[in-house]
Amino acid sequence: MKISSIMCGAVIALSALAGSAARAADITGAGATFPFPIYSKWADAYKKETGNGLNYQSIGSGAGIKQIQAKTVTFGATDMPLPAEELKKNRLVQWPMVMGGIVPVVNIEGVKPGELVLDGETLANIYLGKIKKWDDAAIKKLNPALTLPSTAITVVRRSDGSGTTFNFTDYLSKASKEWADKVGADSAVEWPVGVGAKGNDGVAGNVAQTKNAIGYVEYAFAKQNKLTFADMINKAGKKVEPTVTAFQAAAANADWANAPGYYQILTNQPGDGSWPITAATFILMYGEPADKGASAEAIKFFDWAFAKGDKMAEELDYIPMPQSVVALIRKTWDSEIKNK
Amino acid sequence: MTSHSISDSADMAASRSRADALASFKTGDTIFQWMTYLAAACVLLVLGGIIVSLFFGAWPAISTFGLDFLTTQRWAPNARPQAVLGGLGPIYGTLVTSVIALIIAAPVGLGIAVFLTELCPQWLRRPIGVAVELLAGIPSIIYGIWGFFVLGPWLADTIEPAIANAFEGVPILGALFDGPASNLSIFNASLVLAIMILPFVTAIARDVFSTVPPVLKEAAYGLGCTRWEVVRHVVLPFTRVGVIGGIMLALGRALGETMAVTFVIGNSFRISGSIFAPGTTISAAIASEFAESRDLHQSALILLGLLLFVLTFFVLAAARLMLMRLERKQGA
Repeated sequence: MKISSIMCGAVIALSALAGSAARAADITGAGATFPFPIYSKWADAYKKETGNGLNYQSIGSGAGIKQIQAKTVTFGATDMPLPAEELKKNRLVQWPMVMGGIVPVVNIEGVKPGELVLDGETLANIYLGKIKKWDDAAIKKLNPALTLPSTAITVVRRSDGSGTTFNFTDYLSKASKEWADKVGADSAVEWPVGVGAKGNDGVAGNVAQTKNAIGYVEYAFAKQNKLTFADMINKAGKKVEPTVTAFQAAAANADWANAPGYYQILTNQPGDGSWPITAATFILMYGEPADKGASAEAIKFFDWAFAKGDKMAEELDYIPMPQSVVALIRKTWDSEIKNK
Repeated sequence: MTSHSISDSADMAASRSRADALASFKTGDTIFQWMTYLAAACVLLVLGGIIVSLFFGAWPAISTFGLDFLTTQRWAPNARPQAVLGGLGPIYGTLVTSVIALIIAAPVGLGIAVFLTELCPQWLRRPIGVAVELLAGIPSIIYGIWGFFVLGPWLADTIEPAIANAFEGVPILGALFDGPASNLSIFNASLVLAIMILPFVTAIARDVFSTVPPVLKEAAYGLGCTRWEVVRHVVLPFTRVGVIGGIMLALGRALGETMAVTFVIGNSFRISGSIFAPGTTISAAIASEFAESRDLHQSALILLGLLLFVLTFFVLAAARLMLMRLERKQGA
């Protein structure tokens, strides 16, 4: 009798242990679609190495912020950083996880990747509807050697709110005063022209389908879909190609150490080699989490990703955070996230 | 004595068990009755709950924009100092796509139904009937993909420029079919919708056409009527009620269709006079913006949903009213 009751207790204790272990293995996060390819790749490798899985739902930056505020996930992910006051108000901790580039993509007959050159002003005027045809004088001036058709430009933009849109419109606001006054920068704006498509993949699909179209997507999506990207004239007045080196050059200028909440927007950075539409993507977590175990597991995953994930990020054309910034972030974790 | 008492008690037992059985039937019946009441009440409860929650969700937008919401075209969730959100664009798009779809689908659907019931050789009836029913079974997302990859580019390359050139310079039609051909347009969405609602029109029309008593048709043929005259003056008047009901049902479906339309309409809140330009519908706007919306923006989307609810309700109510009038007229 006695032995069996002890046995019984042991079984219950064991199953409770197993239960908590299973719960700890599930790191849940939700948010931006832009870093989804790299997060899922990291999650795969992490699972192979440690047996712990990560469940990341790429539902968009705004939805990610909403989910972390509702505490339904352990971490939220956003391409549009929250300002320091808002972080403080919600007791959230924010840091950049990885960086990438946003590229204009076009579908013009006879134009190959990298042949078309645009600058910020021209791009803004196309999206304002002021430049209507591909053989407009402003485009011709930037591309004297190209023969451009006299056809109407189909502008493609996001129909959903998006961190990619935030960074793209932020760049257009910096490059064109008219854009800043009329439209501004946000995750969803009042588009003067164009057709809307859902997600980075929706824009990529639309541009691929539609002759004489222009759109903007995260670099990995342009590459995967073999879209014709355009080169850009950057702030220094130099022509740059969208490459990892150019994204890195833009990222190198950022002053992370003096930005509260790591609030940094990497568009229109100075430097001869800087790609003008570079963006970082951010993670949001609670400073005093309700579930300390889950929070600690999530931090373990991010720590692992910073330590071992750089090569994987580069393979997918993302730019890893510089080591100096990673050191800062680790300090932030220690001081601001209370997992014990 | 003993035997008598035994049979007596047996009788009593029998009548008691009969009474018990009757009582148990009665309780069973009462329970059953209440269960069906409950089931019916569930519908009302859900309906009421949806209306109430939509109304509460939409209240911030209603109190901010009021009736202006119905007449404002501007949709600027990021405007400073406060978002400016007007529902005219999606409401216009919803009505225009549904009406164009109906204009295309109603005659074609009725044509198919007439062919199937009056003219079609017996061996062809089944294959065509099954094909139409299969059309109804295709998931809407498939129509969206097809409209996006196949129909849209084809329209933009062939039909749209041809129509635009043909009507160029004509006063109203010129503006209606104006503009650069676009893969994603109100016209494309309307065509996809037309194909999607075609089976509804056809299936119901076919069913009601087959209820026409053969003797009526035979009498008409006997008087020397042509096929057209039989359909026009015998079949259609006899089945008017059912045909209108089927068309209204199709309209209800067209108003609320989401995924296929979101794929091909272009999601633009600006109203353009041309049907070759992109637009948006209420359900497409909600589908593409809801996940990333907050505060007033989200409330405005819920208000759009409430409006769609009301719109669909009125379409169905109007259909009922028309049918009731027609029935009364026929009865008199």
